[in-house]
Amino acid sequence: MKKLVSVLAASVIAAVCVSFSAFAFDNEEYYDVPELKGTTLNVYNWGEYISDEEDEEYYMFDVNSAFEELTGIKINYTNFASNEDLYAKLKSGGSSYDIIIPSDYMISRFIAEGLIQKIDMNNIPNYKNVSDKYRGLYYDENEEYSVPYCVNTVGLIYNKTMVDEKPTSWSVLWDPKYAGKILMFDNPRDSFAVSQKLLGQSFNTNDLTEWRLAADELIAQKPLLQGYVMDEVYNKMESGEAALAPYYAGDFVCMQEINPDLDFVYPKEGVNRFVDAVCIPSNTQNVRAAEMYINFLLDPEVALANAYATGYETPNKVVFEMEEYADMANNKYLYPDEEINTEYFYDLDDATRNAMNTLWNEVKANGDNSKALYIAYAVTGALIAAFLIYKAAVKKYRESFYDA
Amino acid sequence: MYKDNMLKKIVSAPYYLWAAIFVVVPLAVVIYYAFTNSSGDFTLDYIKTLGNYRYIFLRSIWYGFLATVISLVIAYPLAYIMANSSASVQRITMMLVMLPMWMNFLIRTYSWMTILEDTGIINSLLQRLGLSPVHMINTSGAVILGMVYNYLPYMILPLYTVMSKMDRSLIEAAEDLGAGKFTVLSKVILPLSLPGIASGFTMVFVPSVSTFYISKKLGGGTFAMIGDVIEMQFQTSYNYNLGATLSLVLMVLIILCMAVMNRFTDDDNGGIPA
Repeated sequence: MKKLVSVLAASVIAAVCVSFSAFAFDNEEYYDVPELKGTTLNVYNWGEYISDEEDEEYYMFDVNSAFEELTGIKINYTNFASNEDLYAKLKSGGSSYDIIIPSDYMISRFIAEGLIQKIDMNNIPNYKNVSDKYRGLYYDENEEYSVPYCVNTVGLIYNKTMVDEKPTSWSVLWDPKYAGKILMFDNPRDSFAVSQKLLGQSFNTNDLTEWRLAADELIAQKPLLQGYVMDEVYNKMESGEAALAPYYAGDFVCMQEINPDLDFVYPKEGVNRFVDAVCIPSNTQNVRAAEMYINFLLDPEVALANAYATGYETPNKVVFEMEEYADMANNKYLYPDEEINTEYFYDLDDATRNAMNTLWNEVKANGDNSKALYIAYAVTGALIAAFLIYKAAVKKYRESFYDA
Repeated sequence: MYKDNMLKKIVSAPYYLWAAIFVVVPLAVVIYYAFTNSSGDFTLDYIKTLGNYRYIFLRSIWYGFLATVISLVIAYPLAYIMANSSASVQRITMMLVMLPMWMNFLIRTYSWMTILEDTGIINSLLQRLGLSPVHMINTSGAVILGMVYNYLPYMILPLYTVMSKMDRSLIEAAEDLGAGKFTVLSKVILPLSLPGIASGFTMVFVPSVSTFYISKKLGGGTFAMIGDVIEMQFQTSYNYNLGATLSLVLMVLIILCMAVMNRFTDDDNGGIPA
């Protein structure tokens, strides 16, 4: 009996140990830095852009808690919704983050404006896991400032039951047949990108007349739109509320699991490809912990969990070769066989960026400029004036009794 | 006397300080940004571009006005009924008015999306009943509905307060003197409730005109209101100067609208000189 109990106890302990060591991170002693225990690391990331729950089927776990457990460093995790959002936060200086994850073109602006600092890759042994394909890209040619986190491409999501034939061109977003069922990005760069490609332009043109033409296309498209959206695209496409939306391939992979009627194409005119990479802002208080966090994100176990959680392509070559990743590696939407026509966003110069923002204001402001509103104002104004005159007259009439 | 004044000053000092730090200084910053460019030099360029936003200003103010009038029409009878009910009914209706406000404003607006969408709750119900669906989301009606829904309590509360404090004897006096129900309403109750209408009007009109979230979610981002454009300047375009200019103009326009409104409500004591 006693023996049985001890055997049981031993197997329970063993089970516990096994379940714990399910997450064996490379080089765990690297994370054991006593003086950092109890410090805080401020991480600023996109929404829904990290593995934050346990899901064994997809090799997911709560990455931030695992890091906290491993290092004793407390993570303060917050989200942003766009690169411009992040820029505004960082530029205004009222915040202090230790880890940020901007996209390629924003990284070049951050470098140019000195808002992020060089990273000592010697302190990040797992940097060796980064695929050569994503090293030294145009925004950080010497691999000094950023560590690739996720890679993805924009494409066109459509609902097979609502769209007659498989679209091949962005022009379907201008097709009056689908009026009221079309969504567009609610940010200038991505929205312009669609009309720019339709017109055969580069995303990065400095020619303001080209931008003007692209804006005119967007204005022409506006009456057909259901709305300008970002994250709401999930609800609207999954529920069949909208039929067509340009969005990121990785997000499509997640949406398709909910609504199998959805399909995805890379329009022939060309699409935007981007890399989101981890950076350390210049005013960080905790460089050492930030380096450890970056190293942790590059750990195969962690990168695998994040790859499944985000649905985006992984720049991690170890993960790409992993058996557990085969599902994703064979996904033809994420890793298409045929060559797709892609272009990166470059940071625009100030003049072009201001012009783009002004044009975007114009696109957003444009719309139903009907005369009805002016008539309504005229009628209301007349009514108000009539009432005030009437009131003044009554007052005068009453006062006349007292004056007498 | 002197001592009293000193005490008054000391007691009110924190409020003046508060007002200075959180009202005057931000206002000064807004004005500063409105008249400078991104490198800090004086400029009127942003004021000159305001013409481009003419229609958005007009639309925002019109929608805000409509939402306020609709709120008033709904809230007035409700507040009157509430004020004339028994104490327990008053407590319960008050609770019901306040209850939605315990939930976050963003969530309440978001749930209206689910209700109004083409595949949403109302339309699926209509289809079950064999009726043809109605397109509601992303229309101006949906935006105004969102404003009315969110800001209605701010109209009900001041009206209810004024009406429950109303001197019953004045109404009785009017009735004794032979005034009919309508005359009592228009000559006694309405003039007495004017302060409530005025504060309710302000509390609904101002946030409605400057709203950005409601128009974004229920208007689908295709119905830009001035709040959306201002938000965009700070979040997307990083153009604080234009954002400040638009905010400043919006502020001036709202003050003008309130001034017109006050012409309606300034009490002339029914013609009796004070």
